[in-house]
Amino acid sequence: MSNCCKQPALGIDRRTALKGLATGVAALALPASNASASVWEAFFQKHFRELSKDELKQVLARLTKEYSQEFGKEVSVKATPAIEGVTYGYGLDLSRCIGCRRCVYGCVAENNQSRDPQIHWIRVLQLEQEKGTALEYAEHYYNPQTVPEEGHFYMPVQCQQCSNPPCTKVCPVQATWPEKDGIVVVDYNWCIGCRYCMAACPYGARHFNWGKANVPADELNPDTHYLGNRPRPIGVVEKCTFCIQRTREQPGRYPACEEICPVGARKFGNLNDPESEMRYLIENKRVFILKEELNTQPKFFYFYAT
Amino acid sequence: MKRNRRLTALLGSGLLAVLLLVLSGPVQAAKEKYFDRSGRLIVEEKPAADLLRPYQAGNREPEKTFPVPAPPFSEGIYPCSDCHGEMETNPQRRELEDMHTDIVLNHAEGQRWCLDCHNPDDRDVLRLVSGETIPFDQSYRLCGQCHGDKFRDWKVGIHGKRTGYWNGDKQYLLCAHCHNPHDPAFKAMKPLPPPVRPGEARH
Ligand code: HEC
Ligand code: HEC
Ligand code: HEC
Ligand code: HEC
Repeated sequence: MSNCCKQPALGIDRRTALKGLATGVAALALPASNASASVWEAFFQKHFRELSKDELKQVLARLTKEYSQEFGKEVSVKATPAIEGVTYGYGLDLSRCIGCRRCVYGCVAENNQSRDPQIHWIRVLQLEQEKGTALEYAEHYYNPQTVPEEGHFYMPVQCQQCSNPPCTKVCPVQATWPEKDGIVVVDYNWCIGCRYCMAACPYGARHFNWGKANVPADELNPDTHYLGNRPRPIGVVEKCTFCIQRTREQPGRYPACEEICPVGARKFGNLNDPESEMRYLIENKRVFILKEELNTQPKFFYFYAT
Repeated sequence: MKRNRRLTALLGSGLLAVLLLVLSGPVQAAKEKYFDRSGRLIVEEKPAADLLRPYQAGNREPEKTFPVPAPPFSEGIYPCSDCHGEMETNPQRRELEDMHTDIVLNHAEGQRWCLDCHNPDDRDVLRLVSGETIPFDQSYRLCGQCHGDKFRDWKVGIHGKRTGYWNGDKQYLLCAHCHNPHDPAFKAMKPLPPPVRPGEARH
């Protein structure tokens, strides 16, 4: 493990700071007096939802500058808000998916996931047709010559964007919350890396940065969102955001995983729009949600088109 | 009741009879019923002949078309008329030897041959069972003749795939972008690598 356990450059983050506070030695954890202005700014940044317009602008400008310097190319950081009247929903056709994992790597590239240590926001489960969706028989390291394999079907799992999310409720610092359009987001500047949310998520959809996101500069997607795919610092939790940097634009592109899917198994749209493909499939196809008994109320719908 | 029976009779006796009736006798009234967008039932009195007109092929609404990316032709093959413009059509079912030898029908081939889909008179267009010819960028209508259920789902973005913007302009991949029309079963493919197992870091 070469870079996973390195301390961040200045040896401070909010987690260490909180630890310090808890033991009454707060001063130890504060940035050293020779730290740059930007470190001080980052340290004293308010909670994302309490930032005024001007403050938000400053934060975005600061990050834009930091990332552009770090990666040696122009990186933009936006904070596009939810579109009025939109609630996103996702559909996945289990009668089509062949388990090719194109979505997994499309997501990694779009959302700047760390390559090594490796983080994948999407995990594709291989299941046996005979045993149905009994997840205890799921295998996600399958690697045959070709897919689909006889007698099997495939079920990609990613953040289910619950309307009643257990993960956000256990966060001790409110660094993660559901937005108006239903996307559950994380403020990486506020997250202290305690990983309670990961334990609370029944879908294994949250992932921890053991190292600073390791993304080659030439592969970095420079179109980023504050609450989405911007480069993550060490020691924070991340997850699928329905490609918030794409889907909140007007017009908004489809999420990267839906765009890359070669079999057309992935569907995306506005649940409030009766003309959307999401509404059509919910009203006309056999639909189920994962672990319904937990009452998490996902906005990710598995369905059978045939 | 009586009027209904007459309507059925009208339908049965064909369009010529309808035309004659309309031209000669008193105008037959019938009720058209439909639901508006809010779900309200609308009933309108109309001449019976007006209600029958849509059944005449010429009066049918033109089939809706969909924006699609360019058809996935091999390089240099289109326009087909570059070669076929000068060639005699050979309607004989046979093994092709001089050209298109890579095309082997594996698609209900017992019941059909190339010219059930390709227009014998102008190879640059396809031909429907009705005799109507359509351009290649509407090939979904050809497939839709026999695969109505898939076509219905395709139109609403459920079967197949739309690209572009979820809240803006979209393109519909043609059936032929995913299925080879001559051998349409979806081909198996190599999966991308599985995730690294914990404790099995690559370095
Ligand atoms: C089920 C209907 C159907 C039948 C039967 C059929 N075709 Fe086609 N064919 C199509 C369609 C649709 C396309 C357009 C594919 C595209 O959009 O690129 C096509 C494309 C082609 C092309 C262009 C292929 C390329 O490489 O781009 C050739 C050549 C062709 N057909 C020849 C034939 C021959 C020869 C036969 C008989 C052995 C035949 N077709 C039978 C529907 C059919
Ligand atoms: C480079 C010249 C060339 C081009 C371009 C070409 N064809 Fe052909 N095609 C031929 C020849 C030659 C034959 C006769 C092959 C044989 O009899 O063995 C043939 C035969 C066929 C046949 C079988 C029926 C018949 O008339 O003999 C079909 C169907 C056909 N072509 C469809 C197409 C379509 C559709 C395209 C365009 C997408 C196309 N071809 C483009 C040369 C061409
Ligand atoms: C004249 C009717 C007819 C037309 C037109 C037609 N098909 Fe088919 N298709 C069939 C029949 C019958 C079968 C089942 C028998 C078979 O697979 O050979 C079939 C099977 C299929 C299958 C399943 C193949 C498998 O083995 O899983 C696909 C996919 C398909 N067609 C796609 C298409 C596409 C795409 C088009 C348009 C280019 C099309 N079909 C046009 C009659 C048709
Ligand atoms: C984005 C790619 C894509 C497009 C576009 C597409 N299909 Fe398919 N289709 C698939 C896949 C994947 C399957 C499943 C194949 C399998 O399981 O082997 C399938 C299956 C089918 C089948 C077999 C029946 C079944 O339920 O498995 C038919 C018939 C079919 N498609 C017809 C069509 C027609 C007609 C169109 C156009 C109106 C179309 N497809 C467009 C990907 C596509």
